[in-house]
Amino acid sequence: MSKKILIANKICKSFHDPITVQVLNDISFSVDKGEFISVIGRSGCGKSTLLYILSTMDTDYSGELFIDGVLMRTKKEKELARVRNEKIGFVFQFHYLLNEFSVLQNVMLPGLKLNKYSKKEVEHRAYEKLKVLGIENEALKLPNQLSGGQKQRVAIARALINDPLIIMGDEPTGNLDKKNSEVVFQIFKELANSFQQTLLIVTHDNEFAARTNRIIEMEDGKIINM
Amino acid sequence: MKYKLIASISKSLLFARFKQTLVAAIGVTFSITMFITLLSFMSGLNDLLDGLILNRTAHVRLYNEIKASDQQPVDLSEKYKGHHNFVSSVKPRDEKAEIHNSGAIIHALETDNRVTGVAPKIMAQVFYNVGSIDLTGVINGIDVDEETRLFFFKNYVVEGNYIDLKNTPNSIILGKGAAEKMMSAIGDIIQVTTSKGDRVQLKVVGYFQSGIQEIDKVQSYASISTTQKILGQPNSYITDIQVKLKNVLDAPMIAKEFQKKFNVEAVDIQTANSQFETGSSIRTLISYAVGITLLIVAGFGIYNILNMMIYEKMDSIAILKATGFSGKDVNNIFITIALSIGIFGGALGLLFGYGLCNIIEHIPFNTPSLPTVKTYPINYNPKFYMIGTVFSIITTYLAGYFPSRKASKIDPVIIIRGK
Repeated sequence: MSKKILIANKICKSFHDPITVQVLNDISFSVDKGEFISVIGRSGCGKSTLLYILSTMDTDYSGELFIDGVLMRTKKEKELARVRNEKIGFVFQFHYLLNEFSVLQNVMLPGLKLNKYSKKEVEHRAYEKLKVLGIENEALKLPNQLSGGQKQRVAIARALINDPLIIMGDEPTGNLDKKNSEVVFQIFKELANSFQQTLLIVTHDNEFAARTNRIIEMEDGKIINM
Repeated sequence: MKYKLIASISKSLLFARFKQTLVAAIGVTFSITMFITLLSFMSGLNDLLDGLILNRTAHVRLYNEIKASDQQPVDLSEKYKGHHNFVSSVKPRDEKAEIHNSGAIIHALETDNRVTGVAPKIMAQVFYNVGSIDLTGVINGIDVDEETRLFFFKNYVVEGNYIDLKNTPNSIILGKGAAEKMMSAIGDIIQVTTSKGDRVQLKVVGYFQSGIQEIDKVQSYASISTTQKILGQPNSYITDIQVKLKNVLDAPMIAKEFQKKFNVEAVDIQTANSQFETGSSIRTLISYAVGITLLIVAGFGIYNILNMMIYEKMDSIAILKATGFSGKDVNNIFITIALSIGIFGGALGLLFGYGLCNIIEHIPFNTPSLPTVKTYPINYNPKFYMIGTVFSIITTYLAGYFPSRKASKIDPVIIIRGK
């Protein structure tokens, strides 16, 4: 339980347009395997910005980021894409499913990209993930035939397909009603408890945050409580 | 495996905007169709026009030029050797236009393996007598069989049978224009006067039409022996030797060689007809320019549609990148889309182009100046199809390259944050 999956060391970030504003200031923390962490804070405190840096999608920052013990700074775009593919699963506020593909194909895409298993195995794994999330019956539908809650569950299944080290979520319940939010939370909880899945969720839902293992509270680009 | 994934994503994006894709593909199809049709038609026309002259022109023509001797008697004199001699008003020697030793030359040419065939010819200046009026004319004495084999003489005899020229003694095939002026029908006897004043009667066995009116008004054909008889010359008398070569491009070189070897004047087809070459090459250039412009316009169509698609699919691109697809993968996806539009549209274009050429080839095209042509000429050169294919692929690749580069540079953060 003590293996550090993610280490952030003195991460700073500024926006320069139109004037220089420092959005992140000396962020340092680490994530252990199996932790279910929520990041909370007011709008504009930089929590989403931090998440994008941690997810390797944003490379314009100073400081050091280690994922699975490997420094991200020196990696090229293609290698970062590989890291995201293999080690990170994403769940966003909006589901971002591809409407041209069926639910099953959406879940399979990152798995096919990873190219670790054959297409048949990836399909089998995708079914398993959908089953865990209770939506295996919707597998062959198109995303726009599903409800909002179901879509978000498909997005979670997609995040899980490559057995990532960590799942990162940006307000994953932000677009959902109370009932569906609860469903999504229960899924996360279940993943953390039963599968030792590490989760890092940005949210402004304090009720949601209160039920996680650990809360990182941010204000004005700094961690004030962790 | 990896490429299959990219191909399947491309396919899905392609079919998601099926109508737009179709419009883009139709643009390519249209331009390739027009490209093929234009070039086939234009080059068919070129071949036809060139053929008017070039098919019937010897690759190398040997003849004897009437000109003043290079060495005047004074040059040979011992006494004035080393002096500068000025002789004014020099006249040509009294010499016949005949090629000396023509039999031996023809024999030598026939055994040369660069030569396809040799056709001897006699040019005789005559007057056609029509009542009290004399029309100037030229009678070409030809070897009927060789002339047909090498220069398609048969194709230009529009009435009567060309072989009668050989089989009927004292026969003539009149140029269509000349025949009209003389109002002579086939089977009539006409009278010609030679430049020496002899009058000869000849039987008209056919009409000849070259497509060039000025020639048809003047020229007529008779067999070699008939022409020799008209001129009162022995049967060794030949004024021209026409040589057809295996490779027409060798003509200038071979002409020079023959000139030296046989001590006669020799002119090659390129020198004699340089204006035709120029005309054809400019026509070809214009058709290529128009065809390629069409392709580029189609390329812009693809460019626009892909650009739009990228704006529409920005979210999808971002999520693909977030879940581990690299910029290169995204690039490949859009290049694949562009290329499939290009290849599909291009292939259809080649088919339609071929079809359109077929249709044009069956449209009647009757013109009095071109007796052998009944329909529009088309040249089915596989070269055009190859150029069409290559260009459709290149333009669609370029049309896909720039938008796809833009797509590959999309930063996943910006879109996701923007929501």
